[in-house]
Amino acid sequence: MAILHSAPTWSSNEGVIDTLTAALGDKLVSAVEARGEVILTVARDSVVDALRILRDEHEYQQLMEMAGADYPDRDERFEVVYMLLSLTKNHRLLVKTSTDEAKPVPTVTGLWPVAGWLEREVFDMYGVIFAGNTDLRRILTDYGFEGHPFRKDFPLTGYQELRYSTEEQRVVYEPVRLAQDLRQFDFTSPWEGSDYVLPGDEKAEGASK
Amino acid sequence: MNGLVLEESPTTGDEIITNYTINFGPQHPAAHGVLRMVTELDGEIVTRLDPHIGLLHRGTEKLIEHKTYLQALPYFDRLDYCSPLGMEHSYVLAVEKLLNVEVPLRAQYLRVLFAELTRICNHMMNIGSAVMDVGAMTPMLWMFEIREDCLNFFERASGARMHSAYFRPGGVHQDVPQKLIDDISAWLDKRMPELYEDAISLFADNRIFKQRNVDIGIVTKEDALAWGFSGPMLRGSGIAWDIRKSQPYDVYDRVDFDVPVGTSGDCYDRMMCRVEEVRQSMRIMKQCIKDMPQGPVMALDRKVAPPKRGEMKQSMESLIHHFKLYTEGFHVPAGEVYVATESPKGEFGVYLVSDGSNKPYRCKIRPTAFSHLQAIDFMTRGHMLPDITAILGAMDIVFGECDR
Repeated sequence: MAILHSAPTWSSNEGVIDTLTAALGDKLVSAVEARGEVILTVARDSVVDALRILRDEHEYQQLMEMAGADYPDRDERFEVVYMLLSLTKNHRLLVKTSTDEAKPVPTVTGLWPVAGWLEREVFDMYGVIFAGNTDLRRILTDYGFEGHPFRKDFPLTGYQELRYSTEEQRVVYEPVRLAQDLRQFDFTSPWEGSDYVLPGDEKAEGASK
Repeated sequence: MNGLVLEESPTTGDEIITNYTINFGPQHPAAHGVLRMVTELDGEIVTRLDPHIGLLHRGTEKLIEHKTYLQALPYFDRLDYCSPLGMEHSYVLAVEKLLNVEVPLRAQYLRVLFAELTRICNHMMNIGSAVMDVGAMTPMLWMFEIREDCLNFFERASGARMHSAYFRPGGVHQDVPQKLIDDISAWLDKRMPELYEDAISLFADNRIFKQRNVDIGIVTKEDALAWGFSGPMLRGSGIAWDIRKSQPYDVYDRVDFDVPVGTSGDCYDRMMCRVEEVRQSMRIMKQCIKDMPQGPVMALDRKVAPPKRGEMKQSMESLIHHFKLYTEGFHVPAGEVYVATESPKGEFGVYLVSDGSNKPYRCKIRPTAFSHLQAIDFMTRGHMLPDITAILGAMDIVFGECDR
């Protein structure tokens, strides 16, 4: 596919997958190149070893970012994505691993100290546990917050709201009460991918989707 | 050691002085927003600094998952509200990379022009306030004059001074009048350099400014890499890395500019990198104005970009396209990309996961301030309490972006 967009371009991905597949060996689960991104999936237990090889032997000096993502349909619902950057080779890499609520991911704070807060954020938002991170406190949510807000089963409105009460002269926490329904418009057209029964179509074959 | 008697400290004869812990913030003018720093002090020396962030956390990434791609765009203005277009730039490029849509050349030039204007605007705010944090009032007032000019230009281009929502997937929202281009050009030739060089001359070689910044918060190259630094923080430590140069996007490969690099990695170097970046931004803007072709400013793919208002009045198909784009929005092919651009503060990235629907499945925003702020603990350790403000000022932190 010809590249038409004008997003940042880095040095060629050609041969990168072959080289890294050979280097990572059985630590690697899969390696794909899609939409200009090289995405490596590594086994959870060998994350540290794999990233150390990438840092020390393949010049990916910087861990720019870590992202969590929630896919509730999968066996291991959470994905942790490490964005690596090589300043010398001018190349970017996405390294992924998967986990669930209970299985801890080994921390990479030993490789990059910046991972400390990045892991705290993934823990705060998704509840992924990082084994070995000595400071796994919540970071973005409120003091005393419960739950992990970026999970797909956590409602957009949350459960608690807070306001300043003039009677009590302090901030009070209360369950969320909405004066009107949250406006969630479904604009997908009924001909492609609506997951409700069309009005008047209740008796049709296969309408009970 | 026999026979050697240590001289007793005159202050700690019969009482034990312990370290004490103070709160710096969350409401403090030098904290640049709602930052609470739990600071452990030994006298006036910082021994530990634990930043508590998240007081401005609004769940932007979660909100974006519930909006269409176009509705998600204005949230980016509200991340780093000092450089809104820098944030939008990463997002629109990420969406375009997933869509693989071609952006007309004029739109690319307009984006670079306004992204650089944003850089000037952001640095005016940062340099001004950082200089004020270390004691100088006047440069800030003079730089806000420039910032005001920039905001007026944004208003004339997009209708809004700060939250412009000007960059759209596929191009920019609307073309700019020639008078605006001419005015920016005249401003770059005369008013801007005069005001700017005047303001810089007030503090760049000033003794107090140097005493407060030189050799404060030194970060070595190795530390800068390990702590995920980017932008002026990385360049201040002597690493010549600029995403505009090494991974060019839009028309950055067609313009000529230099990347300023520091030598010692202290606060002064970081500030001076920004000072020079503004001059380079002016250079880029002049080239954009000179080279900008005529033509459309929005992609011609009607499944992504809305039709012109005039067409809508004439053509039924345009009306349908318009309706579909502003209700359902466009669908983005499944896939995931991480797109990072050189925002004024450093690498601002967007990790966008699409499941093929009209809403992002996951949109992770990589703020610049998050990594930088984490490093403040080791940067301030052993420094005096007032150095915290100097280090924080030279970091260029905005909490809308850090907390998302």
